[in-house]
Amino acid sequence: MSLDAHTPMPGRSLADRILRRGPLEAIATTIIAAGVVMLMQPVSLTLYSWSFATTLFGTVLFTIVSKVRE
Amino acid sequence: MNDLSASSRITYGAVPLQPGLVRRVRGLSDKALAWLFITPTIVLLLAINIFPLVWTIYLSFTNYRANRSNAPVKWLGIDWYQTILTDPDIWAAMQVTAHFVFWTVVIETVLGFGLAFLIDKKFRGHGMWTTIILLPMMLSPAVVGNFWTFLYQPQIGLFNYVVAFVTGRSASSFQMLGDVTLSPWAIVIVDAWMWTPYVMLICLAGLRSIPDYIYEAAEVDRASKWRQFWSITLPMALPFIMLAVLFRGIENFKMFDMVNLLTGGGPGSTTEVASITLKRAAFESWRTGYSSAFAIILFVTVFGLANIYVKALNRVKSR
Repeated sequence: MSLDAHTPMPGRSLADRILRRGPLEAIATTIIAAGVVMLMQPVSLTLYSWSFATTLFGTVLFTIVSKVRE
Repeated sequence: MNDLSASSRITYGAVPLQPGLVRRVRGLSDKALAWLFITPTIVLLLAINIFPLVWTIYLSFTNYRANRSNAPVKWLGIDWYQTILTDPDIWAAMQVTAHFVFWTVVIETVLGFGLAFLIDKKFRGHGMWTTIILLPMMLSPAVVGNFWTFLYQPQIGLFNYVVAFVTGRSASSFQMLGDVTLSPWAIVIVDAWMWTPYVMLICLAGLRSIPDYIYEAAEVDRASKWRQFWSITLPMALPFIMLAVLFRGIENFKMFDMVNLLTGGGPGSTTEVASITLKRAAFESWRTGYSSAFAIILFVTVFGLANIYVKALNRVKSR
């Protein structure tokens, strides 16, 4: 049986596989983008009201996860 | 001749360095020397970047007004943030900004990539055409603002005459900067005119980075030009396009100078982008605490987008 990059390594937990920089940065980036869209959308004032909190949370998350190991 | 005697004759300009000073500098470790050189930069950075930012964050929680600096300052907590984030007028300004950012980025990306695709083909005089296309980007936004104000003049403006020539309607029958429907598009046109060359340059770098052997392999496989474009050119230039989109998005989100010169936010508030609303609150209404909170909201948004930009930049670099 051959092992490729996508094969889960034995002994690595689910948390180990998820808590890496790549996926976490992708999550943070998505939250930031959602915050920016909420800030500028013309549909809902409630979404606009929560946009800053969302962007701030995404930015703080991005700053933290960019220090996590690859 | 030993080293000390040689170094004691070192001069800086016309002033000879004191031997004692040379000896003291020589006694420093590499790390200490590095700190010595980097400290002025750090101090300058703290003084002109970090301190104003921290001070703005502090002011955003107070009722401070710059025109009444002796008045007692009251701590308001997050009141200004709540006010701004529930204000329909600020929401409207954000939508004006969104219209401006969205259309400028779309037009600049489509035209910029198209121009880059054409310029990438070697043809006679392509260097000269590249230089001509890049000219608007080299102008100052203040110059461009004034220049286009004249071009948009209904009586003498060239833009109105060109539109009149193409459409057949009277040149003085419409005002690009005075009409509530046309003015948001007037600022989009000017920004697209000025910054499409920049997007073209980034896309050109992306297109030039695609190795020829990939196209040669596609030719061997009898792939059509259309298939080559969709399967090779576009995917390989995509990180560069993303970079241009993010950079222009961030820049246009902060846009102030050109819009201020062209329309000043008018007519009414149809072209009042966020930075113009901010300027009015800060320097016309003198609501310093309020405008500081607004500035922090815009800063966090730009900072978040800049994080995505840096991530995209690293992806391009790693190619």
